[in-house]
Amino acid sequence: MGRYVIRRLLQMIPVFAGTTVLIFVMVYALGDPVQARCGDRACDPATAAQIRHDLYLDHPLWQQYLRYMGQIFRGDFGVAWNGRPVTELLASALPVTLRLTVLAILFEIVIGITLGVLTGLRRGRPADTATLLGTLLVISVPTFVTGYVLQYLLGVKWNLIAPSVSSEARFDELIVPALVLALTSLAYVTRLSRTSVVENIRADYVRTAVAKGLPRRRVITRHLLRNSLIPVVTFIGTDIGALMGGAIVTERIFNIHGVGYQLYQGILRLDSATVVGFVTILVIVFLLANLLVDLLYAVLDPRIRYA
Amino acid sequence: MDEGATATAAQDEPPLLDVRDLHVEFRTRDGVARAVNGVSYAVRPRQTLAVLGESGSGKSVTAQAVMGILDSPPGFVTRGEILFRGEDLLTMGAEERRRVRGARMAMIFQDALSALNPVLTVGEQLGEMFRVHRGMSRKDARARAVELMDRVRIPAARDRVGQYPHQFSGGMRQRVMIAMALALEPELIIADEPTTALDVTVQAQVMELLAELQREYGMGLILITHDLGVVADVADHIAVMYAGRIVETAPVHEIYKRPAHPYTKGLLESIPRLDQKGRELYAIKGLPPNLLNIPTGCAFHPRCPLARDVCATDEPELYRISARRGSACHFWRECLGEHQR
Repeated sequence: MGRYVIRRLLQMIPVFAGTTVLIFVMVYALGDPVQARCGDRACDPATAAQIRHDLYLDHPLWQQYLRYMGQIFRGDFGVAWNGRPVTELLASALPVTLRLTVLAILFEIVIGITLGVLTGLRRGRPADTATLLGTLLVISVPTFVTGYVLQYLLGVKWNLIAPSVSSEARFDELIVPALVLALTSLAYVTRLSRTSVVENIRADYVRTAVAKGLPRRRVITRHLLRNSLIPVVTFIGTDIGALMGGAIVTERIFNIHGVGYQLYQGILRLDSATVVGFVTILVIVFLLANLLVDLLYAVLDPRIRYA
Repeated sequence: MDEGATATAAQDEPPLLDVRDLHVEFRTRDGVARAVNGVSYAVRPRQTLAVLGESGSGKSVTAQAVMGILDSPPGFVTRGEILFRGEDLLTMGAEERRRVRGARMAMIFQDALSALNPVLTVGEQLGEMFRVHRGMSRKDARARAVELMDRVRIPAARDRVGQYPHQFSGGMRQRVMIAMALALEPELIIADEPTTALDVTVQAQVMELLAELQREYGMGLILITHDLGVVADVADHIAVMYAGRIVETAPVHEIYKRPAHPYTKGLLESIPRLDQKGRELYAIKGLPPNLLNIPTGCAFHPRCPLARDVCATDEPELYRISARRGSACHFWRECLGEHQR
């Protein structure tokens, strides 16, 4: 197991390098960051040259990249357009998004798995059909639609929640945004758990468990669910990274000052330091989440052992 | 013969399991599949009943109905009685029935790899029997699990009790299955093709073990199989099933010598034999019947070499040939006689 983890960590290096290069090139292709700073007016050539020199922009791209990577490993993510260090932005934005993501994952686990298992056990009944249709609907409607609709109905029309989240982004304020963020994945988790339960309920080992004279509750929790939830847990694990990225839309709708919000601002202002910095962090989160999933998989399914 | 002696002794005892006129149907989208159509059989303590038949003959479904593990829906018992020590299992409450399962009657399944839970250790799965039915502590249950594994001669049981099913070989896995069935020393064990998934060499070992344990514990055994070779050595009595019906029932040695039903005869003739090497192997012509649409009269008549007009219209009852023999063929006399020639 230890060797496997080390190998996986080493494998992350090329993935990390590849993704960051791509981001670097893409941000470079977005446009001239110096021009973006001057706004609509043309830049004063001397000032522009000065900024270019300060930001190391007068060097070839590959040199810029290497220098940036060197900085990152010293914990320096550069300075954002407003003069604040990117690390400072990260420090304020990450906890907010983390709270949002944790809530979203909780919704997925609690609501998604419960619904999925219950409908899986009642296959073909009205509740099952209704849930299947409901999840299909949820999957088909994009997040920004559900987000705005919920914001309007709950926040503006019925005044049940504040339509916009305060800068503290407390847990209770984040409930509705987290639900919006989780909704699509939640629908997938429901469907996945349902399918998995339906597949396993006819499995031979479940029949064996019944033949052993075990109570129904034990057959379901200990035998059926233990097996059915393996793919679900893996899905939720990989979803951690996706949720943090997907938070861009949700955070914008509810004005949450998290990673997505900062990233959006960065892209608008062609602020390469912010964009590259935040995306790099997201990449790391994604890679670690995936590693976690693979390790979890081996814990849940003894047939999988990593050498 | 030793086996013959025990069988006769058991004959005087009241039956352990007495299945009477059992009907099971599966209600599917395509129609009603009548899987079991009036099966009756009895097993006495210490006796082995072999239920023989090809796939779809209803032999496994009957067993599942006896165990109470029929997939329902779509499967339903529509008629009949299953008397276990005189008590009808079909009228029992669900909870009462559950307590019988595993504790008083247990089942051994065909493919131990899929029948054992892949994510639980063998020890957990064996120990579960003691924990649930006997309320034992985790530690005691584990100790009993090791004992059981010793019992079915799994080497290094103490070390292997914490392993998962996939870490065992096929034969060893089937031993685990047997150990699990044996755990609470049930009165009846139903073995559904216990050796079909195994190598031939291992098959013999597992069958031997099963027969030995049966003698030791004095259980009744229902051996479901399509393999006539397996049956000869261990069974006392045979029931041959076709299209959800028993077509012939007889003590084991008699059926081999003189089958009283053309279907049984066909099965016996399709066993490869060394003295007929080089000759084409006999096969019963035609296909097993479609359970959604079972032929009228005798279900076997479209494939039967003895069939006459009456076979397509009149359903044969299970004619009594002797005290312990029956055949559901209008022409059983002919069948017996023809074979003697």
